[in-house]
Amino acid sequence: MSTTTVDKKTAVGATVEFKALRRSFGVTTALDGLDLTINPGELVALLGPSGCGKTTALRILAGFESHDSGQVLVDGEDITGVPAHRRDAGMVFQSYSLFPHLSAADNVAFGLRMRGAGKAERRRRAQELLELVGLPQHADRYPHQLSGGQQQRIALARALALQPRVLLLDEPLSALDAKVRLNLRDEIRRLQQELGITTLFVTHDQEEALSMADRVAVLRAGRLEQCATPSELYARPATAFVAEFVGTMSRIPCVRSGDSVVLLGRPFAVDGTLPYDGELDVLVRPENVGLTASATGPALVVSASFLGSVTRLTVRLADGTEVKADLPTEAAAALPIGSNAELTLPDRPVLVDRRTA
Amino acid sequence: MTTAPTPVPTPAATEMISGGAGVRTATPVPRKRVRSLRRLGGSWLATVPLLLFFLVGFGLPAVAIVVGAFTASSDAEAGAGEFTTANLTDSVQGAYQTALWSSVKLSALTALLATLIGLPIAQAVVTSRFRALREAVLTASGVLANFGGLPLAFAFVATLGNAGEITEMFDLTDHGWSLYSFTGLTVVYLYFLVPLMVLTVTPALDGLRVQWREAAQNNRATGFQYWRHVALPILFPSLLGGFVLLFGSAFAAYATAAAMVGATVPLISRSIADALSGNVLVGQGNLALALSLDMILVAVLVMAVYLPLQRRSARWLS
Repeated sequence: MSTTTVDKKTAVGATVEFKALRRSFGVTTALDGLDLTINPGELVALLGPSGCGKTTALRILAGFESHDSGQVLVDGEDITGVPAHRRDAGMVFQSYSLFPHLSAADNVAFGLRMRGAGKAERRRRAQELLELVGLPQHADRYPHQLSGGQQQRIALARALALQPRVLLLDEPLSALDAKVRLNLRDEIRRLQQELGITTLFVTHDQEEALSMADRVAVLRAGRLEQCATPSELYARPATAFVAEFVGTMSRIPCVRSGDSVVLLGRPFAVDGTLPYDGELDVLVRPENVGLTASATGPALVVSASFLGSVTRLTVRLADGTEVKADLPTEAAAALPIGSNAELTLPDRPVLVDRRTA
Repeated sequence: MTTAPTPVPTPAATEMISGGAGVRTATPVPRKRVRSLRRLGGSWLATVPLLLFFLVGFGLPAVAIVVGAFTASSDAEAGAGEFTTANLTDSVQGAYQTALWSSVKLSALTALLATLIGLPIAQAVVTSRFRALREAVLTASGVLANFGGLPLAFAFVATLGNAGEITEMFDLTDHGWSLYSFTGLTVVYLYFLVPLMVLTVTPALDGLRVQWREAAQNNRATGFQYWRHVALPILFPSLLGGFVLLFGSAFAAYATAAAMVGATVPLISRSIADALSGNVLVGQGNLALALSLDMILVAVLVMAVYLPLQRRSARWLS
């Protein structure tokens, strides 16, 4: 893409810490004691359903919202009370938010202009940054003359123009179509890594979060459920909520047996804590479910979805429970809809949760 | 001014164009184009009432004004009813020139002041958390913007006239205040122009996106810098549009000024009335039309500046 040498690896990302952060809007609690540390140069994705507080946390860090209690620290310094225009953070908004009366170059150079940089310096820097985002030939175009993806690249260049210590991305890809989103996703990650800038990325799209972030912080009702690398989050979810929110998960009823559970006639050790009362379910991922064709097997194949190299089969057990299983497409061909199969699980600890209504 | 509507094919013609049962043309028009022509015909039909109103309410009087302005008065000693530029020449000389200039000054000043006062009021309305307050201010503005003529003049005479309540309460006359002056007229005009500005600029302020402010702050802009470099440039066409509307409203105002200041403050609208009624001299009807033409030209000049800017603003704020 670009051969520019703009500030690569010269920008040193900051450490960002949220400490017991609370924020309420009337009777609604947006943040309920959020604790999270983002290391220098790290990209952390805040992931969660609508209303979980992820955007509120980002806006508090940007200085657009205040918090009721707790602390926000950047490199150990409490930035509570520092106005938004004095915080060393660049932000990319969901809906581009380029200034419509300014050209792409002037948008990128806006911050430099506010800082009193000369016209020549502004022009040079804007050109460098436009090269960095792959749009050097669009310097004189106005926002309405650019596509959504191009506008978001300009917004990214603008956010980077002042070499901020922290980059904030507020669902920057959600307004773009699928193909542009994929390209820009890779590009943002590449730039972030090249520049070594600490980045907080808010998204409700788990695929985006898992593919871009060094760590993913899953929020639920203003609380941090788990913050871990994408692979750890997927493979070892700390809670049932995380397990079901990240990736696909099936619930299979099981029976308590001391400190373990019995499922499909076999005992399984429990990963994490076993709920002390109530009916229980085991949570299993489709790729961990094994199916083998058997005319007397208890699982009835009810549907199949072709996903490329794998096919996702849905089977129904005798009690009506539906379980998803990902099989290599060739193997799945041996299990047509209406056939019966044996269902197996790997011999390792399972995640258990109270049965939901 | 009117424009000829695009010719619309009749159903019979359309049948021929599309190659109906009986007639085959050598190069039949694609069915899609015929459909679009039909749609165009429908949409033009919908505008007929508006065009008729425009023709009768504006086109014919405008033509009458132009023709009359270039026609010698029937009372003229020589060349009565013939083409002449004398009316137009007279309309920009002597007392008429003073009246025209005074009207332009008063309209520009009051429009400018109303813009400067109306903008912060509208911004307060837009940013207010109290919906009821917003609705109350906008409703009041709608009423006050249309409060003019004799009732307005009387209201001000009763409050700020020589024997007005407020004048006496604060001894304003001793401080040089006179309602029956250019300054007094300015204050009275502001009474209906400020609400008009609030009504005009509120939609534009609503169109300013919160994220522009946040993006500016994020790029180190203070509140002042945001207004200086982002909000005001984006709003400029809308503000200019509001200014033009206010200018036109003040420029055409007659009854309030006539009731209050009489001939103390010369205004073009009063000069037209005097010329039409023969208050000063008889046979000045064509001169009145020439003065009206002057007003139209001033309005056209202002609109010529405003319209391109307004188009750009609409694109930004959409």
